[in-house]
Amino acid sequence: MQKVQKPARYVGGEYKQIIKNKNEIDIRVAYCFPDTYEIGMSNLGLRIMYGIFNEIDGVWCERTFAPWTDMEDEMRKENIALFGLESGDALTEFDVLAFSIGYELSYTNVLNMLDLAGVALRSTDRDDYAPLVIAGGSSAFNSEPLSEFIDLFVIGDGEEVVAPLMALLRNYFTTPALHADAPHINSATVCSDFKSPKKGILKKAFLAQAAKLPGIYVPSLYCVTHNDDGTISEIAPQSGAQLPVKRRIVSDLNSSFFPVDTIVPSVGLVHDRVVLELFRGCIRGCRFCQAGHITRPVRARSHDILVKQGIEALKSSGYDEVALLSLSTSDYEDIFPLCDGLIEWCEPRRVNLSLPSLRADNFSVELMERVQKVRKSGLTFAPEAGSQRLRDVINKNLTEKELLDTCAVAFEGGWNGIKLYFMLGLPTETDEDIIGIAKLSHDVLNCWKQYAKNKSRGVRITVSTSCFVPKPHTPFQWEPQISMSEYMRRVDLLRSAMKSKAITYKWHSPEQSFVEAVLARGDRNLGKAIEAAWRLGARHDSWSECFSFNTWLEAFHDAGIDPEFYAFRQRDYDEILPWSLVESGVTLAHLKNECKAAYAGIKTPDCREGCSNCGACE
Amino acid sequence: MQGSRHPIAGKGAAIAALASSQYLRCNNRGAGIDILTKLRLRYSKTDNAKYISHLDLAAAMRRAFIRAGLELEYSKGFNPHPYISVAMPLSVGMQSVCELMDVGLKAQVEMADLPGQITKYLPSGLEISEAYEPLRKFNELKWLEISGILYYDTVPQDICQKLKTRFCASNIEVLKKTKRGMGTIDIAEYVRDIEFSGTSEVYISAKISAQEPTIKPENILDALGGDFQVLAPDYAVFKRIEAFDSDMLIFR
Repeated sequence: MQKVQKPARYVGGEYKQIIKNKNEIDIRVAYCFPDTYEIGMSNLGLRIMYGIFNEIDGVWCERTFAPWTDMEDEMRKENIALFGLESGDALTEFDVLAFSIGYELSYTNVLNMLDLAGVALRSTDRDDYAPLVIAGGSSAFNSEPLSEFIDLFVIGDGEEVVAPLMALLRNYFTTPALHADAPHINSATVCSDFKSPKKGILKKAFLAQAAKLPGIYVPSLYCVTHNDDGTISEIAPQSGAQLPVKRRIVSDLNSSFFPVDTIVPSVGLVHDRVVLELFRGCIRGCRFCQAGHITRPVRARSHDILVKQGIEALKSSGYDEVALLSLSTSDYEDIFPLCDGLIEWCEPRRVNLSLPSLRADNFSVELMERVQKVRKSGLTFAPEAGSQRLRDVINKNLTEKELLDTCAVAFEGGWNGIKLYFMLGLPTETDEDIIGIAKLSHDVLNCWKQYAKNKSRGVRITVSTSCFVPKPHTPFQWEPQISMSEYMRRVDLLRSAMKSKAITYKWHSPEQSFVEAVLARGDRNLGKAIEAAWRLGARHDSWSECFSFNTWLEAFHDAGIDPEFYAFRQRDYDEILPWSLVESGVTLAHLKNECKAAYAGIKTPDCREGCSNCGACE
Repeated sequence: MQGSRHPIAGKGAAIAALASSQYLRCNNRGAGIDILTKLRLRYSKTDNAKYISHLDLAAAMRRAFIRAGLELEYSKGFNPHPYISVAMPLSVGMQSVCELMDVGLKAQVEMADLPGQITKYLPSGLEISEAYEPLRKFNELKWLEISGILYYDTVPQDICQKLKTRFCASNIEVLKKTKRGMGTIDIAEYVRDIEFSGTSEVYISAKISAQEPTIKPENILDALGGDFQVLAPDYAVFKRIEAFDSDMLIFR
């Protein structure tokens, strides 16, 4: 431990961690987050699920994270298996390993954590005495690339699935005495000092029953066959499994669990603060946005409940910051009473209120003025595309005028830093649209020159672009990604169009976006490639210092996978897509209509202006 | 939270600021009278809490006071932060049962109740044992008693005797990082009462100079290089036991 960086990540012991008496526990759950401790503990989903699992009598849920590479080296050298932070026990002693998977580039970490735990990677190699491996999170909406490794996926909101799933699990426990021939541990285990024989789970019978619960997808119960060209010919459910699998949603956020007494880490996090979830879902129908489509419809918490929860959580945690979380905070209907209620309590106690995810409109600046009375931090807006035409294509309902008016108010109000996020490679994008990004950035700069009160402090305008990754369950799910060389050409074009020194242009490398695009719309065949990449040393792929593109190319090659088939191919509307076995709530007809509307440059109104019959409310 | 905003006393400057008379006064401004209590906390940092870094420790303490409903004295200015001052920074990974920290509290409290009141809101491994009004400045803290265990894959013969002999030398030159880069220092006069015992692993105890110069346990290990390489342990852990002043009287 002395040898690794930030050892506090690996030892637990934080304020409000949950310790239970093992003798009173019949289900031990390890909530596995496939990224570092700092990222994982900043995740509200982890805190909610940790609370929900631990609310159940007889269930003890602990946490474990992906060790950083230095810790992994030490663990492998010293033969230490991955362990739960609360008890320090190896994961092989747990009954359930529950992964939270939010992004594709964490897939190799999932495999690495299974391996470090001493658990066989593939479901078929794990017997009834190995832990049950389940997963949820937004990546579960296309879980096919991981389908060989995970026994069961929870699709959609996890809150209401946990209790019935744990209750069901109890009916399928088995003990080694009844199955004398069963090995206590599987052969792939790396920790050889595992002593006490553990109870097992009659997995086949359990999974067959679990597959009947709404929101549960058991990949082993579906037979997927392919055509010669690599596309899917049929998805056939076995033994009465449901098709499609409907995602679960929490219909009433007011009565759903909120982690008031939440863990307060002893090391500084990325986001070290109380997080209040205003609503799930989004009224905007941005056509590239997966989160906005798979979480529909909007379900809001009432402002008085939020104020109460926020104050309780601040008192309990001692945090000095509270952040409002949602996909678009400006769209929360009671935002002013909410902010006033929180500010009234926070201000005398030196607690900051932070508002991420604001839309670029004047209303937002007014809001910011209200909450940030002292410090003027930077403003961040995401116009996503440089021209009005392209913003209409992606249904990003933000006009240039709105953005510039907002900037004018902000500069007048004393802000002197603005970050603008864009994507390159959106469907129908032309060079003109790209030049539009430079033009818009310069307009923002001119706006500062015109409106800034104190020009001596200068202005920082940061423009970032990333390569668009088409995502499943969005209107662009059929679209090709642009090639990496084309992305770089567009980057160069934009770079040459940026004239001012006051504007900093940053672009993300296209390699990570390419791998992300392959994995995001991958099918079951990609399991081989993910395993190959992991065996070649791929870890923490979402961290640019760890990501190795050559490793992935080699892995695709070794697995006989053509990555371009997944990233660059234009799919037909009637192709059976790997993720079509999951019903996201939004109908296929709506996605097709939206895709067609995109190409026609027609905007779709938001949910409050007019219902577009997407199907999510039914 | 950004660590750099917190004026935890690393060296002399912040300690001096803390001990200034301005800090000790009772403010009488505006409508009411602010009661300001300057507190010294003696606390231990053991088990897994030994991995809490110096900066994160301040946050842990600040939050514990907030949870307990006790308001800390904050600095004025653009970016207010509580006055929290640690006597001697402790390396990550080293345990201690004799840490001292000064805080300013905007309330009058029952000193006897405070340790228990705050400890229940701290992460495990941090425990406040005493709270009292400080009478001395931190710069009077001159010696720290430490204990430790030296682990050897194969224990050299007569190791305790050999170690004792090594540290009885009148001149013990080690390389030490200084503000001007690496330099050598004779630690002989800054390490006192050093004792070794044990056979399978070696228990060490010593008193080391806390300030001017600051001697760390690693400096003791550094003395086991060169001709003394065979005495160097494969692994070692250390713990602070007690703080003393220049007369070797316990410092509070």
